[in-house]
Amino acid sequence: MALRTLASRKTLAAAALPLAAAAAARGVTTVALPDLPYDYGALEPAISGEIMRLHHQKHHATYVANYNKALEQLDAAVAKGDAPAIVHLQSAIKFNGGGEAKSRPPYPFLAYGFLSFFFFVLFIAGDAGGGGSEELGGEGGGEPPHAKLGWAIDEDFGSFEALVKKMSAEGAALQGSGWVWLALDKEAKKLSVETTANQDPLVTKGANLVPLLGIDVWEHAYYLQYKNVRPDYLSNIWKVMNWKYAGEVYENATA
Amino acid sequence: MAAFASALRVLPSPPAAVPRRLRSLVILYGGCSAFVSNFSSPSFLRTGLYRWWVYVVSYNLIVVRQDRFSMLLVFTTDALEPYISKRTVELHWGKHQQDYVDSLNKQLATSMFYGYTLEELIKEAYNNGNPLPEYNNAAQVWNHHFFWESMQPEGGGSPGRGVLQQIEKDFGSFTNFREEFIRSALSLLGSGWVWLVLKRKERKFSVVHTQNAISPLALGDINNSIPSINLCDDIPCPLLLQPLINLDLWEHAYYLDYKDDRRMYVTNFIDHLVSWDTVTLRMMRAEAFVNLGEPNIPVA
Repeated sequence: MALRTLASRKTLAAAALPLAAAAAARGVTTVALPDLPYDYGALEPAISGEIMRLHHQKHHATYVANYNKALEQLDAAVAKGDAPAIVHLQSAIKFNGGGEAKSRPPYPFLAYGFLSFFFFVLFIAGDAGGGGSEELGGEGGGEPPHAKLGWAIDEDFGSFEALVKKMSAEGAALQGSGWVWLALDKEAKKLSVETTANQDPLVTKGANLVPLLGIDVWEHAYYLQYKNVRPDYLSNIWKVMNWKYAGEVYENATA
Repeated sequence: MAAFASALRVLPSPPAAVPRRLRSLVILYGGCSAFVSNFSSPSFLRTGLYRWWVYVVSYNLIVVRQDRFSMLLVFTTDALEPYISKRTVELHWGKHQQDYVDSLNKQLATSMFYGYTLEELIKEAYNNGNPLPEYNNAAQVWNHHFFWESMQPEGGGSPGRGVLQQIEKDFGSFTNFREEFIRSALSLLGSGWVWLVLKRKERKFSVVHTQNAISPLALGDINNSIPSINLCDDIPCPLLLQPLINLDLWEHAYYLDYKDDRRMYVTNFIDHLVSWDTVTLRMMRAEAFVNLGEPNIPVA
């Protein structure tokens, strides 16, 4: 499990630990809640420490715990030879690992666990002034990309500002819970803005799409701080976006 | 109650005379809050006002006022404490719902749906599952209004006799219903609503949840057949799903008070907030279209 290697030193998911330990004893590869590479307060004032703590320790941790539970169930089903259950669980887990099916994942927390992980660790730059982003000339995130990705954005959207405006507008218009993405079509080498409902991963919008950036517009991602004013959240989040990550993915995918 | 009565004075006329398409928007509620704790209190019923109330509920003329519109909240903003905080009600009613109302009014200024009643607007704008731009705002205005009416201070407890009998018939017991309601609410992913509905064809209660702004008014039933609106010109359309209770499961409804603990929020709603009085009234209305028992022909 790729997440296993990415998971860092210590885990905050106390609740997930006994399960993980039990599973490890039986040879099931579970995932641990990844640490954040920065403090909860690192994104203030764009995102408050309280939100980061709840989002990570409560929402994200629950999804991780449930994911492990599904793996456990799969293991048990395999041990028992319960074929229907195996098929059911495997397809669920595969889907949520970025798989194929178009149908709704029966185990939503799986996908959400992955999305949260991306959101925290990859899409958000983290510690202001750090995170290896100095070479981009700014504090932490927010500084738009200058390299190939910068050119591509100009080409596909007109300007960086136009992209920000488009993503913010689509995020604000999204009904209910979901995500808004900056996506790269691997084949066409073209950037686009996509939205997905709830936990649906970007692949549901096209098999060739690779996520460069994603913004969580579930209300729990901003409600304590911004209340009903989602547009303010969407305009502030650009201050902490991890363009370094987006640039690297872009270069790798187009190389 | 005073606000109620004054609001009723602006009703155009009794049901039969209400045109199907009201060309002017109906002002029904002023922008004030009144405290109405118990719709089925003896004095309320004696006044005959409940007939108007049923009429109001069935026609849902609560929609729209072009200038300075705000929906009536049937209790004060702190009336649901400690289960739903004043702060949450202020934001939920004062900001979220108001936004939907404002956006809808803005759309209606240039919309073909100008002058529709809210129920009709929702059904037609849903457009057989290909919602038109007005749908979300209209449905959310309706859903929220229905939601506030589904609660009362000191609510919860046990339903009235008729409702309870039906629940016991369809769920086995009240406890089973409660469990089912909570289970359904927790299994909804993302934002949406959980409902107790009366299914017209099956003649039974059922718990369903819907995503985002989807309303049972538009849904028809499982196979999504929508009753032809032409069949019911001047009477309320017999819906396939008659909503009796709804609970808002958008995170904005509970996040400030409960954070990620949706289970506690739903449990408190069903134990302490739900207004069985309202449900009784809604069921009375629904029974105009659904015969829940064997036909009982009075002996001459």
